[in-house]
Amino acid sequence: MINLSEFFSDYTLRNVSLGALILGFGSGALGCFALLRRQSLLGDAVSHAALPGIVLAFIISQSKLSLVLLAGAGIAGLVGTLFILGIIRSSKLDADSAQGIVLSVFFGLGLMLLTWVQKLPNASQSGLDRYLFGQAATIVESDLLTMAVVEGVALLTMLIFWKEFKLLSFDPGFGTAIGLPRKVLDIALTGLIVVAIVIGLSMVGVILMSAMLVAPAVAARQWTDKLGSMVALAAVFGALAGLAGSVVSASIANLPTGPVVVLILSAISAISLLFSPHRGLLSKILRRYRIQEKTT
Amino acid sequence: MSLEIIVIAALVAAACAIPGVFLVLRRMSLMSDAISHSVLPGIVIGFFLAGSLESPLPLVGAVVASMITVVLTELLYRSKLLKSDAAIGMVFPAMFSVGVILVSLYAGNIHVDTDAVLLGELVFAPLDRVNFFGLSLAKSLVWMSVILLVNLVLVTCFYKELKLATFDGGMAQSLGFRPVLLHYGLMLVVSITTVGAFDSVGSILVVAFVIAPAAAALLLTDRLSTMLVTAVAIGVVSSVAGFFVAHSLDLSIAGSMATMTGCAFLLAFLFSPKRGLLSRIFGTWRTKTEFAIKMLLVHILHHEGNVEAIDECRPEHLTEHINWSQGFARKVVKRSLDRGLIEIVGTMMVLSRQGRDGAREAMEY
Repeated sequence: MINLSEFFSDYTLRNVSLGALILGFGSGALGCFALLRRQSLLGDAVSHAALPGIVLAFIISQSKLSLVLLAGAGIAGLVGTLFILGIIRSSKLDADSAQGIVLSVFFGLGLMLLTWVQKLPNASQSGLDRYLFGQAATIVESDLLTMAVVEGVALLTMLIFWKEFKLLSFDPGFGTAIGLPRKVLDIALTGLIVVAIVIGLSMVGVILMSAMLVAPAVAARQWTDKLGSMVALAAVFGALAGLAGSVVSASIANLPTGPVVVLILSAISAISLLFSPHRGLLSKILRRYRIQEKTT
Repeated sequence: MSLEIIVIAALVAAACAIPGVFLVLRRMSLMSDAISHSVLPGIVIGFFLAGSLESPLPLVGAVVASMITVVLTELLYRSKLLKSDAAIGMVFPAMFSVGVILVSLYAGNIHVDTDAVLLGELVFAPLDRVNFFGLSLAKSLVWMSVILLVNLVLVTCFYKELKLATFDGGMAQSLGFRPVLLHYGLMLVVSITTVGAFDSVGSILVVAFVIAPAAAALLLTDRLSTMLVTAVAIGVVSSVAGFFVAHSLDLSIAGSMATMTGCAFLLAFLFSPKRGLLSRIFGTWRTKTEFAIKMLLVHILHHEGNVEAIDECRPEHLTEHINWSQGFARKVVKRSLDRGLIEIVGTMMVLSRQGRDGAREAMEY
């Protein structure tokens, strides 16, 4: 294992763990809204849909600056989301078919573009591949700064519109009735979730990103019934898993960061699902057993 | 060579579309995503056990792993702690992570390439050949033919049961069928099809073949049997089209085929005669105009013979009184004139006999 002084002196490890921490914190917090609004798999769809955006941004700008590529990812993610919402609203298909179509077709388009980029003469595009599976080790200080600023803005927006987003998540009908612009809020909140997803792409990759949203929120939901504490708890779970995951993966050779973080998050959620005091499966079984005893 | 690739692609598309129809109808489309992502750890562990990719163990492992995902998702959902989407979103990333970690830890010892499993490469499919009754055929060609055949036989044999359980699960249960059994059966079919297809098109794009043609077919027809045939046809056509696009531009074949299924869906979404976006918009517009014409007739009938008729029955008055825009008012008046429902006498609109009948009929409701 790595001791503390080594941790702060190792440049890569410090970057990776800080990045994972920031990412876990933000996606944990925003993931709660995705979970409550039954959009858990939106993350999966958006992150896959981001791929063509990343490649297109590279083709157009010819730069590998993470900010440019992330902007492309964000735009493609939003377009994908709008497609999903449009399909749900104006056809008889439901959310999960719409998500599945957007996810797989956008991803296919991304692959097509990727093979096209690979044939370009200046195709030093190895940087694009990392968005597929995420490569935490390639994160440099400027990426870190970008992540921190964007994530900070997203979280600040969440706090400013806290009341509105809360109402939208629990009782959208009432929200509309008292005159809140539901569509605008809807797109704003989804946009924030898209931002959280896009930031994580270079860390954990397209495929595992959805877990970074869902798992902390699922775990936090088990421990509390209040939105405020749920969001805080999910952010802490996400940050802890990010930190722990990057340290563990750094101490064993060839262990990729993203999957380790996801597995730690899954473990946290599994423990929460089983053992949390009120909603946990174990306490439910015990309660049923006790009632059975009393009545017989 | 390329003919063989086209045939394999068409077989994959047809085999995927059949269970896809039931997944889309049962609102479980994303289970195919979960299943296809869970394939990886199964392949790796199967490979460890067997020591080579030649043995069937990795494929068996893949099917087992995807069924574990199905069962875990179902259990989580049954616990009522999670909604179905969150349950799916919890399980498959964990499975996939296990797969990626195993691959990267033992990358030196095994020849499982994460890229290959996820993205597939159809170009290489014909390289792996088997002898089949003296004929040298691509392995995936034989495999996909068998899987397609099995899917066809299953759908034909259990058509009635599948139909009933899909559209009215409660009824199926009360009649003594076992919807749960059917659910797991369907999931098994999906996972076997996915496993058969992933090494040619990759496990993510399988999802496109499962969902997109079925969803497009759902927008085109209301009959289950027609839907099955349509979905298969759409899948086959888009995979063949995708091949030619990829071939002429020298791009990823699987990616281009997935994009084509998306295009097919988009076409159905926009232009489907009954359920397309355009026909919906047009239908709304036509209903609105028809209603406006009825309203105009009733309006004239109401004022017919009154003192204020001279004022009320001027075409210009409609914008003030009924609050129509000028263009809309002009259009409604013109349509009514064209159909001979009204006539213009001086500055006034007067009902023709036909128009009066129309107005009375409208007021009957």
